[in-house]
Amino acid sequence: MKAGIVSYGAYVPKYRIRPEEIGRVWGEDGATRGKGLGIMSKSIPSPDEDVITIAVEAARSALLRAGIDPQDIGAIYTGSESHPYAVKPTSSVVAEAILAAPDMTAADYEFACKAGTAALQNVLGLVNTGWIKYGMAIGADTSQGAPGDPLEYSASAGGAAFIAGTERIIAKINGMYSYTTDTPDFWRREGQAYPSHGGRFTGEPAYFKHVLTAARRMMELEGTEAKDYDYVVLHQPNGKFPRRAAAKLGFTDEQLAPGLLTPRIGNTYSGAVPLGLSAVLDIAKPGDRILVTSFGSGAGSDAFDISVTDEMERFNRSAGPLVEDMINVPEEYYVDYATYVKFRGKIRRKGD
Amino acid sequence: MRDVYVIGAGTTRFGELWERSFRDIGIEAGIKAINDSGITGNDIDALYIGNMSAGAFINQEHVGALIADYVGLAGSLHIPATRVEAAGASGALAFKEAYLSISSGMYDIVVVGGAEKMTDIGDEMANYITSMAIDQEWETVFGATYASLQAMMARAHMERYGTTREQLGMVSVINHRHGALNPDAQFQREIKLETVLKSGYVAEPLRVFDMAPLSDGAAALVLASGDVARKYTDRPVKVKAIGQASDTISLHDRREICTMDSTVYAAKRAYDMAGMGPEDIDVAEVYDSSTIAEIMAIEDLGFFPKGEGGKAVEDEKIALGGEIPINTSGGLKARGHPVGATGVAQIVEIVKQLRGDADRRQVKDAKIGLAHAVGGSGATAVVSILEAEI
Amino acid sequence: MNMPRFWREKQGRYNLVGNRCTNCGTYYFPKRDICPKCHRKSIGKMEEVRFKGTGKVVSWTIVHDAHPDYKDMRPYIMAIIELEEGPRLTGQIVDCSLDEIHTGMRVRDTFRKLSEDGKDGVIFYGYKFRPVKE
Repeated sequence: MKAGIVSYGAYVPKYRIRPEEIGRVWGEDGATRGKGLGIMSKSIPSPDEDVITIAVEAARSALLRAGIDPQDIGAIYTGSESHPYAVKPTSSVVAEAILAAPDMTAADYEFACKAGTAALQNVLGLVNTGWIKYGMAIGADTSQGAPGDPLEYSASAGGAAFIAGTERIIAKINGMYSYTTDTPDFWRREGQAYPSHGGRFTGEPAYFKHVLTAARRMMELEGTEAKDYDYVVLHQPNGKFPRRAAAKLGFTDEQLAPGLLTPRIGNTYSGAVPLGLSAVLDIAKPGDRILVTSFGSGAGSDAFDISVTDEMERFNRSAGPLVEDMINVPEEYYVDYATYVKFRGKIRRKGD
Repeated sequence: MRDVYVIGAGTTRFGELWERSFRDIGIEAGIKAINDSGITGNDIDALYIGNMSAGAFINQEHVGALIADYVGLAGSLHIPATRVEAAGASGALAFKEAYLSISSGMYDIVVVGGAEKMTDIGDEMANYITSMAIDQEWETVFGATYASLQAMMARAHMERYGTTREQLGMVSVINHRHGALNPDAQFQREIKLETVLKSGYVAEPLRVFDMAPLSDGAAALVLASGDVARKYTDRPVKVKAIGQASDTISLHDRREICTMDSTVYAAKRAYDMAGMGPEDIDVAEVYDSSTIAEIMAIEDLGFFPKGEGGKAVEDEKIALGGEIPINTSGGLKARGHPVGATGVAQIVEIVKQLRGDADRRQVKDAKIGLAHAVGGSGATAVVSILEAEI
Repeated sequence: MNMPRFWREKQGRYNLVGNRCTNCGTYYFPKRDICPKCHRKSIGKMEEVRFKGTGKVVSWTIVHDAHPDYKDMRPYIMAIIELEEGPRLTGQIVDCSLDEIHTGMRVRDTFRKLSEDGKDGVIFYGYKFRPVKE
């Protein structure tokens, strides 16, 4: 494939809440809940942040790092399940806010938690055909959990942007594989404020079946084994599932840990794999090989086999914030549950 | 240019006037001024009304004709009525337009009114409407409020000149002390410095007691040409000069944040026109929409050197009995601040002082008075100088 | 705020696009058709510029009483910021502790929601600023 990743940028909102605080309000043992999920804290968007602002911040960081003229971006696709509008796109705002419009194409994706990797496949394809010079794929979410629902412990916010191109590639795509089925373990009906889920059904038949199948098939296609990779990035709805999946695939904690962010920022849904991959690219060296597998409920899994190139040596990472630096925040950004529900708009107000 | 005199003055009481409408207060002030002057309705050539935002406050525009109608001068006499708007300087500019209409020779007797009815809506909305005087596209849309701009001026003044939080508070204390002597004032009680310093924050470092209140009220004046004035009164007050100046609509675009250049230029123009300087002024009403605004005003009008306004306040040089008594009416802070009425009410107070009618707050031997009004955060300033001719 | 009024200024609000008088070299934000220094000599000579977005705090306040549209952010920091290229503007400072804000603080722009036209209305986006680590 001619097309590869030429730049990336990430964004994680600064506010946090701990499971202990959520449990305190709902009469649950939050600490134990958090431990069970492998989540110590999760990110919360400020009242002035949403998928559009997260996408723009990530997109700007990606542009700055590669020094790309935004007018050369021929396509922008933003994948999310929490686009701020039901009708009125996200990607055109992003395009305007990075000065990429108007000579370009754009669309929004909604494909459960793998909308971001689906967007990446698409821009790679468009670049590969030569139809566009650069394409931008963004995965971002400000995911919602109903008050009192177990999802409240994990649903968080963040996102990352990738620019695909053919020159000065920092991460080469060795191969892609997707595994698609209708396995409804998680959904939200039109007009509903909060998602529903199939409880334990989300484990074996959904997450594990798809992630393991896609990752294994990717390795079969490339003729590789777990030990051939330096890093593995898996979809991470909690801290436990990706650990178990990685172990089943034969990966070690060392390969998984750099791209496993959920324990510290929660589940960023469409942003999860893009952010995990960004965290790995933040530290990766030329020659490093990365296996990536996303997962979306009722959607399936996308797997990518990626190699970091020599170009990474010249890549200006410091032009944008590193994921690790955005994950670590001072104690004052940890808020209580009341502040959290105000920030997330869960309080019914006058006129609502 | 003909000489112009003030021959009548009147105001309503300022405050939360629940039972009175915009029309009621406009008429009351007008009738008081007309009665004070001794003219009759038939003598009036024209009406000028200063009003900032009746459209937003009470959903009523076209208030020039409205007041002319309810004063009984529209349906029968069909006098020309003009509304003038320049935010907080609306009343002062209505006064200027009336002045020009007489000095030009077009009219002989003109009534100037100023009115605002601000309390029919909630405080949040009323504060938002007053912020319409600052830049809607590049200030308020980003979250700036009127008070927040005053607060940034205060911060700059404190950091640059060492002005203290206590000095700011003393502006409010002195204005309340004066207001206690004014039976038309919204707040007629003295306050302690502690009260200001312990009041809640509006925009740091400014607190509730640093800010002028939301008020209802109206004020009116009768102006006449020199030859006509003596027919009605033996103690006319001469309009010596009016100076006006503008500056950028946004505070951030100004040459300086803690000097109001519009005031500096308006004052210079007024002093030049009057052939006077700040040292000639015996009493002044200045635009204290906030405590910092008063400190900047007394500096920018030349009463005190730049940066020494805070010290002058601390030393009570601006209090009754001080070097130059400022805001003997109580100022915007204690008399009240019905925005469109303020500029006219300031002239009413100066007229009372120059005639010796200011009762318990009379400045002894006051011969020359100055009124200073500001629109927005300083994009408009008007300075008027009046002289007793008794 | 309403949609057309906001929409027509989006270049300035999204991307800090202003201009520069090629006659005297002064930068302006927002865009001006006429340079206040050069007057008619500047007509037709104003050139569009995108500002870098970095600058320093000239003055600031912590707003407690705010319009309902901005209530969720209270208390929030408003500041006058001088951009590196020269012009000044007014904006909020976010992701900044109330103890940390000071005159002279270095900041850079960030893309945020400014307000919305009610729950069922258009969302207005634009610049705010955040501290730059020194």
